[in-house]
Amino acid sequence: MTDLGRALLIIALVVSAYAVFAALYGARGGGREWVTSSRRAIYSVAALLTLAGVLLESAFLRNDFSFGLVADNSSTTTPIFYKLTAMWSSQSGSLLLWVWVLALFSSLVLLATRGSLREITPYATAVLGGIATFFCALLVFKVSPFTAIANPPAEGAGLNPLLRHPSMMFHPPMLYSGYVGFSIPFAFAIGALITRRLDAEWIRATRRFALIAWAFLSVGILLGARWSYSELGWGGYWGWDPVENASLMPWLVGTAFLHSVMVQEKRDMLKVWNASLIVTTFTLALLGTFLVRSGILDSIHAFGASTVGGWFLALIALVLVGSIVLIVSRLDDLRSPHRLDSLLSRESIFLLNNLALVGLCFVIFWGTFFPLISEAVTGERSSLGPPWFDRYTVPLALSLVLLAGLGPLLAWRRVTVSYLRRALGLPAAVAATACVALALFTDAAQSVTSLILFTFAAFTVTAVLSEYWRGVKARRTMSSDSYPAALISIVRRNRRRYGGYAVHLGVVVLLVGVAASSAFKTERDVRLRPGQTAQVGGYDVRYVRPTSGLSNEKLEFGAVLDVRKDGKRVTLLRPSRSYFASQDASMGTFGRFFRGESTSEVGLAPGATRDIWTAVQPDLRLLNAPLREANRRFADAPGDVQALVIAALSERYVRRAPPATFRVIVNPMVTWIWIGGLIVLGGALIALWPSALAARRRVTSLYAAKLGRELSRA
Amino acid sequence: MDPSRKRTIRLAVALGVAVLLAGALVYTSFDAATEARQPSELLAGAAAGKSYELTGKVADGSVQRGGEVLHFRVRDRGGTASVPVQYRGTVPDPFREGREVIVKGRLHDGTFVAQKDTLVTKCPSKFTKKNSS
Repeated sequence: MTDLGRALLIIALVVSAYAVFAALYGARGGGREWVTSSRRAIYSVAALLTLAGVLLESAFLRNDFSFGLVADNSSTTTPIFYKLTAMWSSQSGSLLLWVWVLALFSSLVLLATRGSLREITPYATAVLGGIATFFCALLVFKVSPFTAIANPPAEGAGLNPLLRHPSMMFHPPMLYSGYVGFSIPFAFAIGALITRRLDAEWIRATRRFALIAWAFLSVGILLGARWSYSELGWGGYWGWDPVENASLMPWLVGTAFLHSVMVQEKRDMLKVWNASLIVTTFTLALLGTFLVRSGILDSIHAFGASTVGGWFLALIALVLVGSIVLIVSRLDDLRSPHRLDSLLSRESIFLLNNLALVGLCFVIFWGTFFPLISEAVTGERSSLGPPWFDRYTVPLALSLVLLAGLGPLLAWRRVTVSYLRRALGLPAAVAATACVALALFTDAAQSVTSLILFTFAAFTVTAVLSEYWRGVKARRTMSSDSYPAALISIVRRNRRRYGGYAVHLGVVVLLVGVAASSAFKTERDVRLRPGQTAQVGGYDVRYVRPTSGLSNEKLEFGAVLDVRKDGKRVTLLRPSRSYFASQDASMGTFGRFFRGESTSEVGLAPGATRDIWTAVQPDLRLLNAPLREANRRFADAPGDVQALVIAALSERYVRRAPPATFRVIVNPMVTWIWIGGLIVLGGALIALWPSALAARRRVTSLYAAKLGRELSRA
Repeated sequence: MDPSRKRTIRLAVALGVAVLLAGALVYTSFDAATEARQPSELLAGAAAGKSYELTGKVADGSVQRGGEVLHFRVRDRGGTASVPVQYRGTVPDPFREGREVIVKGRLHDGTFVAQKDTLVTKCPSKFTKKNSS
């Protein structure tokens, strides 16, 4: 079966290389049928990779341990959900996922543009085919997902316990779809540069894909944060770790791109800038894919020293050098006839927002790669911690929040000062009121940056809501719609605009959550015996009793915590720690059940104003002596006896109830980070949903084109 | 003033600000960075009171939990030189003997006193091959 998979990959490699050749040959005078053939070749690559993916997934489902990948990442006891998703917990599996998603996206965009963009499409097809060729070659020659095991083991190694969390399973495909999605606008930008068709046509054709990629990347990043918060046992959602940074960088530049292309569409400006932004975004997406498997930076996500680093560096260098040469050689065609009319205009706010986003990306890039930079400069490998990142990212994020409210208020071209005064009046008044109220009635003033952020957030939320309000009012003067009907109607007529505003709201809500939870969290590490109580942030946390649990793949030791405020019970939490049996025989027959990989299961009481987050570190030292004895006496006992011994050992922990170490965090407003994320996703969906109006226009124009063809033939 | 001159001035100001900011970035990063050392390098010469980032592997049989304090030794990745470490705070899930760790702190009388919550364990990776099992 593994041979079939390998054969599929080899055919996919050949077909995608053919697509590159056919597209280029067709564009260079070989005729349209070659271009059509190259498009169909890309469809075939998508079909071949789908087959390969299904083959691999079915091997996981069938527990076919003759697949090396299955034996390493799955076992018969792995739940079905994790079997289905274990494919991307390995390097080769995730590379297969990458190119699979790429082929699907490419097919979609080529299907959508098959009647238009006749000059650009062949080159875009060649670029997409080239990227697919690269990844297929990687899978065929370097890291095969279809390695065969001659003597398949009876049981697989199982999935890494740390990854057993639903959001961790959705996180990689989301992130990859985001990374991969940006290759579509990139490919069309390259096509536009090569053919010198540098109006906004390529942007309009790929806008939706850029937005889809952006939405996937946003969700992917947030799922990673969510996983870190609820699975990693340290209670944080973001740590400026290289791998996190690697996913944030393309997001930032991609966000800048989504804004500045609007300036090109409306004003025919910023063409060099837009081409550079999409090249940067795609390069950073490749870098993000590469960084995870390069081993060049220290991260909690251990990057195994991998063999594909050189290949990736070569591809990144090729993309960068090729794009720069292209852009520089087309500078004359990229020059815009228009200039910025006024600093008081929407396009200048977009420009500022772009500078802030790119600046943010640069800061993060510098901080992430600082160990390499400092090693090159001073010979010492040094790293930068979160305080350094915060120093630059906080003011930039603050300015972005303000700009998110200013942009929607200003019109294109220029606005007069009196218009500005009228437009800014209400949001500024609300912001000032919010600032004073927060300073007087809450503790917000203790953190100046948070207070500024809340003030800016109030400004932006008011500004965006008043934009909705203005639209609804205008609609109601024209029709007799009720308020909700008017709202739905304006959103449907201008999905991109109002969807975008919703995204602004979501980002602001998210940042409010981030600011509140990082400035005002209370955290304590305490060691408690059953019955003892600790005070954390106004809550009394009592360790009621220890717990233990047994299942066929793990042991669990935990605690019941009674959380009270002013004597009244708020919630009962059950944090625990799971111990996954190790295959390492040197730990002893029983030792391997207690000393294997362990993961925190967080006890979490989420709330609108605060989360109560708890994790436990049980002290298993009292089991040392009994374990040694059990290893000696029952090593050769039959399976059911051994199970009884394990049950007795875990029972002993509960009975003796030694003190355990707890981490308790009272974390304000974390929930709003996830709510903000959902609003962002909703806004993005509104913006990218095909509007009925555009569909009608497309149908009419297709009809007109057909009519024109028939008339010319007549 | 004619518009093209105005634009040149605007560009010059913008570039100037960008250069200044980049300068600040570079300067502060070298200032705020903590040097990474392996145990043998740390023992060979560590400035008193200076903060370092210790990297290496957790030495076998060295992990001891005493109440809230965790004691262990970190040894060179490819050697035997090791430093005792005293640590408080969260212990990452994958922390075990033989694993690669990074921890921040200062050398104090031959013991590496770590800052709270700075221990980072490289997980046995979702991307590396398990070689033991």
